Amino acid sequence: MKTYAKDDLSIVLSAEAGQGLQTLEQLMTRVFKLSGYHVYSYSEFMSRIRGGNNSTQIRISARMISSCPRRIDIFVPLHTGAMERFHDRITPETIILGDPAFIERRYTDGGYPIVAVPIAGLAREIGGEIYMSVILLGLFSGLLGVELTLLENLVRQFFSRAGEERTRKNIEAARKGYASGMHLLKPGQVLPVIERSEAVKNDLLLNGIDAIGTGCLAGGCTFVSSYPMSPSTGVLVFLAKNASEFGLVVEQAEDEISAANMALGSWYAGGRAMVTTSGGGFALMVEALSLAGCIESPLVVHVAQRPGPATGLPTRTEQADLEHVLYSGHGEFPRLVLAPGSIEEGFTLSRHAFHMADKYQVPVIILTDQHYLESTCTVGGLDVSATSSESFIVETDAAYRRYLFTESGVSPRGIPGFGRGLVCVDSDEHDEAGFITEDSRTRTAMVEKRLQKLRGLEKECIEPTLTGGEDYRHLVVGWGSTAGVVREALSVLGRNDLSFLHFSQVYPLHPNAASLIGRAQKKIVIENNATSQFARLVRMHTGIAFDAAILKFDGWPFLLEEVVERLEALL
Amino acid sequence: MAERFDPDHPIDIAWCPGCGNYHILAALKSALAELGKDPESLVIVSGIGQAAKTPQYVRTNFFNGLHGRSLPVATAIKATNPGLTVIAESGDGCMYGEGGNHLLHAVRRNPDITVLVHNNMVYGLTKGQASPTSMRGFTTPVQVSGVCVEPMNPLAMAIGLSASFVARAFAGDIEQTREIMKQAITHKGFALVDIFQPCVSFNRVNTYQWYKEHCFYLDGSHDPADRDAAFRVASRTDSYALGVLSIVSGIPTFEECLDAYRGDTRPLHERRVSSGKIEKLMDDKRG
Ligand SMILES: Cc1ncc(C[n+]2csc(CCOP(=O)(O)OP(=O)(O)O)c2C)c(N)n1
Ligand code: SF4
Repeated sequence: MKTYAKDDLSIVLSAEAGQGLQTLEQLMTRVFKLSGYHVYSYSEFMSRIRGGNNSTQIRISARMISSCPRRIDIFVPLHTGAMERFHDRITPETIILGDPAFIERRYTDGGYPIVAVPIAGLAREIGGEIYMSVILLGLFSGLLGVELTLLENLVRQFFSRAGEERTRKNIEAARKGYASGMHLLKPGQVLPVIERSEAVKNDLLLNGIDAIGTGCLAGGCTFVSSYPMSPSTGVLVFLAKNASEFGLVVEQAEDEISAANMALGSWYAGGRAMVTTSGGGFALMVEALSLAGCIESPLVVHVAQRPGPATGLPTRTEQADLEHVLYSGHGEFPRLVLAPGSIEEGFTLSRHAFHMADKYQVPVIILTDQHYLESTCTVGGLDVSATSSESFIVETDAAYRRYLFTESGVSPRGIPGFGRGLVCVDSDEHDEAGFITEDSRTRTAMVEKRLQKLRGLEKECIEPTLTGGEDYRHLVVGWGSTAGVVREALSVLGRNDLSFLHFSQVYPLHPNAASLIGRAQKKIVIENNATSQFARLVRMHTGIAFDAAILKFDGWPFLLEEVVERLEALL
Repeated sequence: MAERFDPDHPIDIAWCPGCGNYHILAALKSALAELGKDPESLVIVSGIGQAAKTPQYVRTNFFNGLHGRSLPVATAIKATNPGLTVIAESGDGCMYGEGGNHLLHAVRRNPDITVLVHNNMVYGLTKGQASPTSMRGFTTPVQVSGVCVEPMNPLAMAIGLSASFVARAFAGDIEQTREIMKQAITHKGFALVDIFQPCVSFNRVNTYQWYKEHCFYLDGSHDPADRDAAFRVASRTDSYALGVLSIVSGIPTFEECLDAYRGDTRPLHERRVSSGKIEKLMDDKRG
């Protein structure tokens, strides 16, 4: 039987760009977590700096959650026109909370529960509409029983650098909001009772950007060169912020071609380098990717997907660059593609990316998307203490040859200036010492040597994760950022004949993929793209075809109910 | 002395007999030897082309990367291990055409590297098409009616961007070329040396004789610190100035500006991340 959890609250805040939605999201998720609630939030925004309409969905629950429901329990419009994009998600069960000025007439005829709070007016009393967000923070804190001192401390801490006057006014705003929040609901308007937990208070509150950034630091990253491009820039900003503390070289290159070539130069000289980009930028890096293949350089590339082709929907989400990262680059050379599905995986896989790139001297791609990066949730028990700065660099002797033939295909990697040897790398075909050759025997041996490294990568494949029973009749298969929503959909459906297989390493495919997928009677793939790219990959490598595909490519991530309904329709 | 940089394995040089590249190679090896450089702490980075094969013929570390992309690589090598001597060397097509944007930004960054451009005013390796420095009217199998665009002036461009060291040499004069290279390598900051290089196979206009007739050496009356004078000299096309045109001192190098080296001079390969720092970073995420 299908049952949606009742102890769960979904709030959508809808604002113009520039109204401080991001700050509000940060503060709200924080205050709820510190009061013992599990939280999850996702922001979507238009590709503009002012105006338009952006939204943040904040979910509060008694369990760990990581998906956006379609359902909206409380909708908060923060400007005229803020409701327009949400007509199909606002129902008579949705409480519309906010300044009457922002509530569309069609909702005020009595059919919808309305809680009118003159937020804009209150804010103006304090000093201007910029205080609306903190008033709302206070209001929701009051509504959900957050301790007032906790709220005040958070606001004080957050605005500590804004000056005494601003801090005082923000605290006033928080208090005003809090007071109105305490007595807000009319009789009959009830909120779900959500149990709190002591343990959550000490959880981490992380988004995908934090996860990838911290994972890269833990992987021993010492060099990052990139060119800004949504939605990948957050990772660059994260690393730049931590550059001094971690002794990192951060450079904004003149273009992605330069960024990728810089990263290769850095690895050559002993750095542990990465680039962060999106599909279009990655297209410009492709020649360098092939260079990494030829000179057998490690390289870590974070590709944050957004909908294409071309500029597409710059700030939205999609999973349509899988084939782009899999097949780009002229010539034949091995690579590894990782696609985290959770915050924990974002951390561990980014760390792992540096380890594998260095160990096998191959490019490693971390494939995420806007939905993954802009989702925040509470994370318990993430062990961040394990770092992976084990370096595979060797000290060279006078007879050193960079491309020494070995059984594994991996030659010991020296760097210039460390040892008595010389390190010679060439993008032309080369012999063991790195000198140009057109000798066909050497050419054949070099191709085989490079491809041999794929065997090593295959041995260290990360197994796909199975959610649900082992003896499933039906199997949903997904990769990357769909993990959270599919897992939750499965628990809503509550069927014991349905399981979910999630791939966080998409290439090379784990050897068990064939048997795990093959034994399901009905095989369903779920992907945030239009042509089931992952299904094609599975078929190519295993011969197994999927029976059905759940696809979405409108720029939005899958919503919980949507996955539930589409699965139901197929089973 | 220059033998220190002679390859210790048999090499089969891919250049045409009589090519100016031989002289540039000879000048480079003796410049390096006279400066007391050792092959182990030197890296030559190149792109693709005939000139870009130069590091293959020098006993040292090299990174022979992609066409046009030597400068980002060289910049990153220097930023990763500032103790290395880094030279980027390639043809005019590679540096001024395919890699032109990188050159602009490398000048702005001012890494402490030396850039040697073998300027033969033609694409050698791809058999004789026009390059960004080909003169008007130069005919090729592609520019069949002759080049009809203005040749690029890399030196005026670099001086315009306040490049810290700008010079020109002529491959036909090994001695002077070696001296100019020595100054460029010793100079702290970005040093560009455009080297006129006769291509005997594909450029029948700009020959050894032509360069001799169209070049003059700057004498003591030219002050490289005088940027306006340098710009005027660089702009001349009736006769081309050889020597050090411009030196702008006092610009910090790229490496010096990096936060990574503030209070920690270790090259990046000596650094290890501490788990304590990661844990501290995460503690801030607990609220
Ligand atoms: C991306 C790319 N485009 C084109 C080429 C083909 N290509 C190789 S060298 C070259 C130009 C060579 O001219 P130049 O850089 O002046 O060097 P030269 O051979 O004259 O020394 C070209 C177009 C290439 N290798 N890579
Ligand atoms: S083609 Fe021209 S530049 Fe190339 S080696 Fe021959 S003479 Fe020299």
